[in-house]
Amino acid sequence: MADQRTTWSFYGGLRMDDHKALSTERPLQRMPMPARLILPLQQHIGHSAEPAVQVGEQVKKGQLVANAVDFVSAPLHAPTSGTVIEIGDRPIPHPSGLNDACIVIEADGQDAWAELPEPLPDYHAHSSAQLRERIRWAGIVGLGGAAFPTAAKVNTSGQRPIDSLIINAAECEPYITCDDALMRERAGDIVDGIVILRHLIDARECLIGIEDNKPEAIASLRQAITQSGQQDIEIVVVPSVYPSGGEKQLIQLLTGKAVPSHGLPSAVGVLCQNVATAAAIADAVLRGRPLIERIVTVTGHGVGQPGNFLVPLGTAADVLVQHAGGYTDRVHELIHGGPMMGFGLRDDRVPITKGTNCLLAASRDEAPPAEPERPCIRCGQCAEVCPAQLLPQQLFWYARARDFDKVQDYHLFDCIECGCCAYVCPAHIPLVHYYRFAKTEIWAQERDREKSDLARRRHEARQARLERLERQRKARLRKKKEALESKSGASDAVDPKKAAIEAAMQRAAAKKAAQQAAPSSED
Amino acid sequence: MITAVLTIAGLASLFGLILGYSAIRFRVEGDPIADQIDSLLPQTQCGQCAYAGCRPYAEAIAAGEAEINRCPPGGETTMIALAELLGRDPMPLEDEAAAEKPKSVAFIIEADCIGCTLCIQACPVDAIVGAAKQMHTVIEDECTGCDLCLPPCPVECIVMRPLEATPRTWRWPFPKEITAEAAHG
Amino acid sequence: MQFATTSSPHLSGPQSVTRVMGMVLLALLPGTLAMFWYFGWGVLINITIAVATAVTAEAAVLRLRGRAVGPVLIDLSAVVTAWLMAIALPPLLPWWQTVLGCAFAIVIAKQLFGGIGFNPFNPAMAGYVLLLVSFPVTMTRWLPPDVLSSGALSLVDSLHITFSGTPPLGQTWDAITSATPLDEMRTQLSQNLMISEIRESPLWGDFGGRGWEWIGNWFLIGGLFMIWRRVISWRIPASMLGALILVSGLFWAIDANTHPFPAFHVFSGGAILGAFFIATDPVSASTTPRGQLIFGAMIGLLVFIIRTWGGYPDAVAFAVLLLNMAAPTIDYYTQPRILGQREHEDA
Repeated sequence: MADQRTTWSFYGGLRMDDHKALSTERPLQRMPMPARLILPLQQHIGHSAEPAVQVGEQVKKGQLVANAVDFVSAPLHAPTSGTVIEIGDRPIPHPSGLNDACIVIEADGQDAWAELPEPLPDYHAHSSAQLRERIRWAGIVGLGGAAFPTAAKVNTSGQRPIDSLIINAAECEPYITCDDALMRERAGDIVDGIVILRHLIDARECLIGIEDNKPEAIASLRQAITQSGQQDIEIVVVPSVYPSGGEKQLIQLLTGKAVPSHGLPSAVGVLCQNVATAAAIADAVLRGRPLIERIVTVTGHGVGQPGNFLVPLGTAADVLVQHAGGYTDRVHELIHGGPMMGFGLRDDRVPITKGTNCLLAASRDEAPPAEPERPCIRCGQCAEVCPAQLLPQQLFWYARARDFDKVQDYHLFDCIECGCCAYVCPAHIPLVHYYRFAKTEIWAQERDREKSDLARRRHEARQARLERLERQRKARLRKKKEALESKSGASDAVDPKKAAIEAAMQRAAAKKAAQQAAPSSED
Repeated sequence: MITAVLTIAGLASLFGLILGYSAIRFRVEGDPIADQIDSLLPQTQCGQCAYAGCRPYAEAIAAGEAEINRCPPGGETTMIALAELLGRDPMPLEDEAAAEKPKSVAFIIEADCIGCTLCIQACPVDAIVGAAKQMHTVIEDECTGCDLCLPPCPVECIVMRPLEATPRTWRWPFPKEITAEAAHG
Repeated sequence: MQFATTSSPHLSGPQSVTRVMGMVLLALLPGTLAMFWYFGWGVLINITIAVATAVTAEAAVLRLRGRAVGPVLIDLSAVVTAWLMAIALPPLLPWWQTVLGCAFAIVIAKQLFGGIGFNPFNPAMAGYVLLLVSFPVTMTRWLPPDVLSSGALSLVDSLHITFSGTPPLGQTWDAITSATPLDEMRTQLSQNLMISEIRESPLWGDFGGRGWEWIGNWFLIGGLFMIWRRVISWRIPASMLGALILVSGLFWAIDANTHPFPAFHVFSGGAILGAFFIATDPVSASTTPRGQLIFGAMIGLLVFIIRTWGGYPDAVAFAVLLLNMAAPTIDYYTQPRILGQREHEDA
């Protein structure tokens, strides 16, 4: 069945030591429930969730603690039972090292489940919308690291029909083995999730793309497929070339189709989901369980017992590292994610989130300090390895010159930040850092522009209102004046007061005249 | 000789007619250059340029009455953008404008507010809500940080608070240039 | 625990500028040794003088510009420039001309434009061309390809010639020197001799100049080594030599009596050295894949044109410099299509 399928190739990429054996020697372990869990409100791409609980409130395991605010957002659930002790800013896993809003839950040790929604084992009987609603309720996001809300991604209505459902099991980045561990331990759930997904989007074919360095996982998946009777799910083994797990790269490898530069995979009739996401969908649909835990690889020579751990979301990284044998004296850096795309954590008290696939406690050899940057010699190695077929060198020149229009002309936003260019650069230029700098600057400029547009509109509206008020005031004044004028014009003709005064004066004058006349007659 | 004169004269009148016709046919309403300038200005409406808002300043620049270096909130970025648009030489910002301030928004210390509505009348973008004898408050998302509400306040209960970066607005710093210069010190 | 924040990737490959330049020097060794075998001590003397000049000049300019000297010198780019220029120079060139050319290459052509990475022209070729137009006599005074084996010039003789600028006592220039095969071909052709007659000359080897063809072979091996180690891409050498073979083959097919066999063009003068080591200088060459093909092909074409109809016997330096000027434009018009970009979006 599988393997006969022809695979294509993608441009560029790197073959490198995978260092995966370090964390696959020990079997998957369950991390004991920590005393305290920290749930950042934003663990996904899109808008932050809104807290649905208050400080002091008792929560049960699986209870909804924060609501999704809109379509591109995801709710949060309590990973255990306990008390909400704080809602406020805390360090989160983010390259900025900044704090963000989190819900902190103190575990009560009971681990008592809340009332969960009905399992839907007969998912065939339910509509796509109902299944999507369940996935949305469960707070499932892409677990490969990007954390895009899955319910939004699988909503393909109104787009062209999906031919291929591609399950991303490539896990191409060195050191990371969490998907490998999941496939070895829970292949059945993955297959269940795939079947549900396939039903949901009505895909014609279903391919699992996996790198050839995971033979155990391939065997386990193959067995699960046979057991489930879903023989038409194809496992496609691809060569281990980083970044074969990039969405566009994997689609090209498996189907030969190139996703349009500014488009989504659905434009070529493909939907791509990570294996762990598939397993989480099976949990949500078949067991009614929300996403409250995930597998995290803790590895590197900086940690005592590297391995894979099933970790409740919200567990602090330092607690997890402690459980994995603690730091060794070789630890030099703690990387969230892998060595090619992850970022260094400033503070190890940040929580594990839905997007945390790996904690790499790297020794100095594993993540050597950056060599001094030298001038670019234009050797073009970067362009040879760029899997997006960009010109990294030109992007670098323009990003460095802060020419943000030009850098977008060279397709900055098609860069997936895989790090291949910087890896091969003989001048040790931190190319990806330059691109990230340019991207965040461009976003900031866009925000500024939006803000100034808003200010302009509001200012113009205010000017218009002030003018209108002024006009109205003037109009009122004019009316009053006119009214007055018309009154005084009429009184000139017959003014009763004046007439009375005049009459009185005439009477007085007549009286006086009469008095003057009278004495003369009396004389 | 005569032919040459006639040819030139004929050409001249032909082009004159074409130009005259184009002037009428392709007439542009309004003053697009002022619009373009206005779109580059930060729209704080602060009046620090000595004009009554961004639009009047844009019109003054378009009319050649004002220099391009009088917008402190826009800072050097805006000045350079204007220089590029207008083909003028970039010029240093005026003293006041040179010191670029961090972006900030007004905040009313509500306990001190007496509800006089003076700040509401001063705000160029209607970002303050409140009524007479009622406490006022600033809509943070709509405040442009123009400082115009500060002087009218009789009890000085308005302060400018710098906007702090959040993970959503944070920007990657420019990569440190650890080149030979830096090593040399 | 607190850590420093860093940007990804946290890994970096084994490449470095020093390593790239070191590879180039390594790849130059076989051809350089072959040159030493055929043209004697003068080759090594030139390299020594040029490298010393380049390193000193680079250090001096960096000091004047207030930059750290060590980290720049260690990248070996000045050594590569000096080496390339030195093996392009006639082996008995007066020492001060080598110094002048090399100092010009480093100070004017490289550092005044901002140092490594910023020079629009290939510095070695800029220095070479300066000397060629300034000192045409000494710059065309080559040696016959058996100086070492015939024992004609010892190390002392060579040093004497280089530093005094005069031939050894009792000898004349004519006795020591000889024209290059390209020069010979040119002169004879202009005297209306046929190729078959010209090939009678003792300067002739199997298909190119005697000695020259073997030097070409050894440089070719170095060049292929660089392609194998991915120091250079195959595009510029392949397109340059391809264009040279194609156009010279065309003229040879039309008239074999007045146009030499294509292999003569490839294995004479600086064609191979130029194709693999000079035109491929990444800083001044084209960088896009299609651009590199155009860049190389244009150089190959210009080499043939200048050799056949121009005023100089060899043309690699001029062709490379001319195309250096065109490289930014070529790059601009040959941007590759990015992943998922449709035809009509091509700008």
